[in-house]
Amino acid sequence: MLTAAFNSFAGADHLIISIALIALIMFITKKISIMLGEERIASALAIITGLVLAFIGGKVTGGSSGLADISIFSGAGIGLLGGSMLRDYTIISTAYGVKLKNLKKAGPVGVISLLVGVIFSFIVGSAVAMALGYTDPAEVTTIGAGAVTFIVGPVTGTALGVSSEIIAISVAAGLVKSIMTMVITPFIADLVGLDNPTSAMVYGGLIGTTSGVAGGLAATAPELVPYGAMTATFYTGLGTLIVPSVGFIIIRSILL
Amino acid sequence: MEIIGMGFVAFFMLLGSFLGRILGQFLGTGGDVGGVGLAMLFMVLTVNYLENRGRMFKPRTENGIKFLSALYIPIIVAMAARLNVVGAINGGLVAILAGGIATIGAMFLVPLLSKLKK
Repeated sequence: MLTAAFNSFAGADHLIISIALIALIMFITKKISIMLGEERIASALAIITGLVLAFIGGKVTGGSSGLADISIFSGAGIGLLGGSMLRDYTIISTAYGVKLKNLKKAGPVGVISLLVGVIFSFIVGSAVAMALGYTDPAEVTTIGAGAVTFIVGPVTGTALGVSSEIIAISVAAGLVKSIMTMVITPFIADLVGLDNPTSAMVYGGLIGTTSGVAGGLAATAPELVPYGAMTATFYTGLGTLIVPSVGFIIIRSILL
Repeated sequence: MEIIGMGFVAFFMLLGSFLGRILGQFLGTGGDVGGVGLAMLFMVLTVNYLENRGRMFKPRTENGIKFLSALYIPIIVAMAARLNVVGAINGGLVAILAGGIATIGAMFLVPLLSKLKK
């Protein structure tokens, strides 16, 4: 009777189980950070815990959605709670505290940082691909596109008709970027002066992965999240626009 | 009422998403280009406009918006928990170097560009 009750309970896609799990993670990481005397690392610890659970989920199920592939968290569980819909909804709500004068001040440099960010990441990614022995222009461009974001990679790869293995590498490069951004940002923030709205907008424009920027800033200085997110949201669009076109032409002229 | 605050944010999200999709079609990339940024921009403009005219939100309406902002970090934690971390590690050296160097390099460009602000 008890097992039957438990099975039918665990078989449902419970958003509530996932909310309870996330609340538990937040609670425990908060306690740990207070014990360590570093309360501001609580969010970073919580995000790292999430990544570790995603790793475990991926290992256990062999799927590509981390913990969301485990049945009690799938569908309307972690899949919904951590999906792009609620992420975007809550990010947009943070714009409520934004001051117009800060935006005006950082607007032009934000646009410049977007262009520099996409071009820089593409050059680095392509250079790494070439250094490690890739010579086909379409493949090099796709891996370079992956270093822009994990969306620009597959979009470029599909447009240029490369193999799915190269597309998988480009997605992985983008994921490495997103995860590293979340983990490293809190530790590097002081060093790069990430403490005001202008530098947050520049940071969002340079790094560009919305999840990475959002997670990194949330763990560093939550009041800067809206500024970073606002520029980052244009990054992938700009990347999908210039990388498969101008980027490919440049790489092809270098390699041929 | 709190739901009015939540609806206020929802309205701007839908507006931004729609404009982002128009932009995506216009640029030929498809999808939603910058919808979140556009939504935030219009929301900032609207809130600042209303406040300049002395029209503040009622505290309960404001609570609805603040509730969403407060959920932001837990949602990022949930998002982290559904990333393909195994895939990123399995991507091999080229993926780790391409993604890693691009990230660290871009971070050190932050102070350089921040100085440009004038």
